Amino acid sequence: MSNTKFSKEHEWITLDGEVGTIGITKHATEMLGDIVFAELPEKGSNVEKDGTAGVVESTKAASDVYTPVSGEVVEINQSIVDDPSKINADPEGGAWFFKLKLKDKSELDTLMNKEEYDKFAKETSA
Amino acid sequence: MNIKKTALYELHKKHKAKFVEFAGYSMPIQYSEGIVKEHNITRNKSGIFDVSHMGQLFIKYSNDITSKLQEILPTDLKNLKINQSKYSFLMKENGGIYDDLIITRMKDQYMIILNAACKENDLQIIRNKLNDQSLDINNDLSLVAIQGPESKTILENVVSNVSKLKFMNGENFSFENNEIYITRSGYTGEDGFEISLPNKIVNSFVGKLISKGSTLIGLGARDTLRLEAGLCLYGHDINENTSPVEANLKWAISKNRMNDNFTGSQKIKKQIEEGVSKLRVGIRPETRVIARESTKIFDERNNEIGKVTSGTFGPSVNASIAMGYISNSHSKTDTKVYLEVRGKKIPANVCELPFYKKSYVKGEANV
Repeated sequence: MSNTKFSKEHEWITLDGEVGTIGITKHATEMLGDIVFAELPEKGSNVEKDGTAGVVESTKAASDVYTPVSGEVVEINQSIVDDPSKINADPEGGAWFFKLKLKDKSELDTLMNKEEYDKFAKETSA
Repeated sequence: MNIKKTALYELHKKHKAKFVEFAGYSMPIQYSEGIVKEHNITRNKSGIFDVSHMGQLFIKYSNDITSKLQEILPTDLKNLKINQSKYSFLMKENGGIYDDLIITRMKDQYMIILNAACKENDLQIIRNKLNDQSLDINNDLSLVAIQGPESKTILENVVSNVSKLKFMNGENFSFENNEIYITRSGYTGEDGFEISLPNKIVNSFVGKLISKGSTLIGLGARDTLRLEAGLCLYGHDINENTSPVEANLKWAISKNRMNDNFTGSQKIKKQIEEGVSKLRVGIRPETRVIARESTKIFDERNNEIGKVTSGTFGPSVNASIAMGYISNSHSKTDTKVYLEVRGKKIPANVCELPFYKKSYVKGEANV
């Protein structure tokens, strides 16, 4: 996951060519608790960096999912909508949220690497 | 204000509880298992709930205590048998509810269990009614609930003969040479018991229940359990501006008190005779979207017809569930309604409560 970047809103993005795969971090799922509902952006829609691109709800509360970069949604992971508990089970693997064709790769430079994110997550949850 | 802790606080911590402030107390919202697992453990096996933040008020019998209490509670206390419990309300003049409570006739006193957030206000109302300012909540006692199908066997292993209790009945038992009081009751839709016992033995008692196979459960699962069971949470589903009739809790008003006088009785009578404009109902969204408290409810013509008062995802019914108040004309089961969640109208249907069928042990037909 060396080419994985992280946002302050606890999303991760892994780039493969022009397409980035986006999900929420394990730390985010631990803070949310059991996720029971997920809503994803529509395939073909355009999303703007730091804009809302979905919702997750735990038994406790609803939280917006933000996109860490801008682009066009080229694929969504329907399996997490059908079974949201997958998000708790494998948040940084099989339970990705959506794939984006990036508009501007330089937006990735504003994000954190793994080490920086882990430090950020630890500090903000303390 | 200092945040209060129950006598089980350190035990919760040891079991990796996440705490939230609830009614001035630091209470476990969940443990390491998480809300859904804790919910399922209670439905399928047995769960322990620390409800010591609730108020335990004991009122010794004297000449006119029963009559005085009947002036503020719509329950027939005169015919309440020794060791029998009833669900009741502390009534407000406008027909609203100051609190919902369980009252039990013990041998020489009434026991009233009050909601944590309401107990100080309740106490003042009861003190004034009984003209006894010395009356106080007993803070030397803890209150523990054990709920779920295996609870009877587990508790029987710790307190002999407890399984003979019938639903909404209680009795004195003994644990480590201390007198404790156990009722067969709860708020999860499962068979279970509530145990009132001294703070000094509660850790040992709960430790025994855990060693016999029960598990600590947090307030998060308590909320999903009670909502699946269609039970009201005070301050959300009922409050000072909802009457027992509007809340669809008319069954809790004793039949022979219907024409009697008690606080708010005129309003209640009028509502029973003339009907109500809004009614508490169950609501099932057609998708998994959760309609939380304050979600607006619309009819097919886009008229606002009500509001959700509680909504969550019900793990045992594997669906989004809610309850709320809806105009009487739309309160019939299977009426199609729309819930406004994040700007979208989600189709939903009015349904009967509970969402999850209970497995109470029958003793009394009318709880």
